[in-house]
Order: sequence, then C-alpha cells, then structure tokens
Amino acid sequence: MAEALVSLAVLLAGLAFLLALWRFLAGPTAADRVVAFDVMTVIGISFIVILALLEGRGIYLDAALVYALLSFLGVIAVARYLERGY
Amino acid sequence: MAGLLDIVGGLLMVGGTAFLVFGGLGLVRMPDLFNRIHAGTKATTLGTLLTLAGAACLRPDWGWKLLLIAVFILSTNPLSAQVLARAAHRIGAAMSVKTRVDRLEEDQGA
Amino acid sequence: MTQARHPGVQFATLLLFWILLNGSLAPDVLIVGVIAAAAITLLLPGAIPFFGQFRGNRPEAWVAAIGYFTYFFKELVKSNLRIAAVVLAPSLPVSPGIVKVRTKLKTPMGRLLLANSITLTPGTLTVDLDGDWLYIHWVRVESVDIDKATAEIVAGFERYLEVMYG
Repeated sequence: MAEALVSLAVLLAGLAFLLALWRFLAGPTAADRVVAFDVMTVIGISFIVILALLEGRGIYLDAALVYALLSFLGVIAVARYLERGY
Repeated sequence: MAGLLDIVGGLLMVGGTAFLVFGGLGLVRMPDLFNRIHAGTKATTLGTLLTLAGAACLRPDWGWKLLLIAVFILSTNPLSAQVLARAAHRIGAAMSVKTRVDRLEEDQGA
Repeated sequence: MTQARHPGVQFATLLLFWILLNGSLAPDVLIVGVIAAAAITLLLPGAIPFFGQFRGNRPEAWVAAIGYFTYFFKELVKSNLRIAAVVLAPSLPVSPGIVKVRTKLKTPMGRLLLANSITLTPGTLTVDLDGDWLYIHWVRVESVDIDKATAEIVAGFERYLEVMYG
C-alpha cells in the first residue's frame, strides 16, 4: 500500500517536473526560465528525498540539502545579474 | 511494519506531489511572470513540506534531517521568489493585460 | 543599525544545526562542532539575527511565536488551495496588480519575516521593500487603498511579529 502511494508520488513529481520544464523551454524571457528553473530544483529536492526512501540510503538527504543551498545561491546570483548586469 | 504511519506517510507524499503538479500547471497557465512566481513558490513550498513530512512518517529515524531541509526550504523559497520578482520588475518584465494597478511603477516614475 | 548581539544564542544555534546535520551525539562529532561553532561565532558575530533579535526574555514573545506559526501554516494551506483552484479553473480568474502597504515593524528581522510570510500566503507576493513601505503583487486585487490593503495583507502577521521582534 505505502509502496504504491510512493510510486504514485514519483509519477506526480515527474509530471510536475515536465510542466516546469515546458515553461523553462518556452520562456519567453530569461526571468521566466529562472522561475521555471527554481521550481524544477525544488521538485528535484522532493525527487531526491523519494529516491532516498526507495533506496533506503539516508546519505541522499545530505545531497538534497546541499542541492537546495546551491540552487538558492544560484537563483540569487542570476537575479542580481538580471537586475544590474554583473 | 505496514502500519498506519506508513499509509499516512504515503498519502502525505501523494498530496505533496499533487501540489507540485498544481505549481507546474500554474507555471504553464498563468498569464505573466509575476503570477507564475506566485504559483511556483506557494505550491512548491507546501508540496515539498508535505513530501518531507510523508518521508518522515515512513522513516522516523530521518526526522531531524528532513526537518532541517524543511526549515531551509521554508526560509529560502520565499526569498528567492522575492528577489526574482524585484529583479523582474526592475528590468520591466511584461505584465498581463489583466493587470489593474502598479503602484511601484507609479512611485518610481514620480 | 545597532543590534544587540547574543554570542551564546548564535553559538547554540550553530551547534544545534551541526548536531542535526550529523544526527549523532558522538564525542568526536561534538568536539568538531563546538570548535567550528565557536570559530564562526568569533569571526562572524551577529550572523544569525533570527534568534538574536527575538525578544526571548519576554514570555509574551513566545506565546506570539506559537500564534505566528499556527497562523502561518493555516494561511499557507489556504493559499495553496486557492492557487490550485485558480490554475484548475478553465477561465483562469486573475485580476493582478501591485499595491502598496505600510508596516509598523522596525527591526530588519521582523520585516524580513513579514515579507516572507506575505509571499507564502494567499495571492500575495512581496515585490519590493522601501523603508516602511512594501509593494505587493496581488493575484486578485481587492483594494488599491493603502489602509484597506494593509489591513487585508499585513495586519494578520504584524499582530504576532510586533510582539516577537518589534
């Protein structure tokens, strides 16, 4: 039962990722792509956590944490670049 | 082993990922950048929190680390949304024709 | 802006973060954590204003903190249900706009939490901050009047944050 639910969660997260990917590819502006990228990252964190569950490896959670940290810094950096051009 | 907690955890994860789908749908359907940020930020924040809560139900021994990720998401997600929204407004991102008022533009033009 | 520094609070926060990250209380983990937390506290004092500016010595601040989190999560769920309803509706019922609201909060941390809370609650997104003024993007603008918009968007959180941070 719980396994079936987790499998369903994987499917839903995959669908969400594809929707965000569509916006990432379609744009139309760079800012739209950054927003889509931000959303894809957060969905990616959910993916990593689900993967950690399925594989039973807690070390993946550290990867999720570092991924969250780096993508946050990345989004801030890109936003500053858009705003000021450096 | 397959107790009530596992079922609750699984349901939380399905609920959480369903919100992720709403976020993705909002990203695709919303008319302009600002509305997309709305959908993207709110839905993914709650969606991820529910997914993490579900994972904590399935593996209670990971609870603390999952809590740490949750606190991190909760504090950084709205921040990156704000920074993006501000940058978008300053570079004059197009706003939907449905937009009724822009007080920030008025104040900066003055 | 001068702010009260609480090196002990910062040290404890960093050490707690380290322990949670490691998920262990083994002596070697603790020793490394104590050294690292002490070094960061000495080199970067006041780096975590979240707890440093919190009025933890007043009991009512703790009561307000509990009220704040309860209210926050309630609003977060409400906000998501509303966004879900909007994106699932075929007509996409939005009438967006950027409105201006005013806050009574004075501390940077109080304002940051207010801005973050507004971003995560129903239909509102903080776009810019300018002193006491906040510019809010609203998915469905209900009022462009400053006082009415302030009452609608800001007042709910400000009530708690005012007691917590001032």
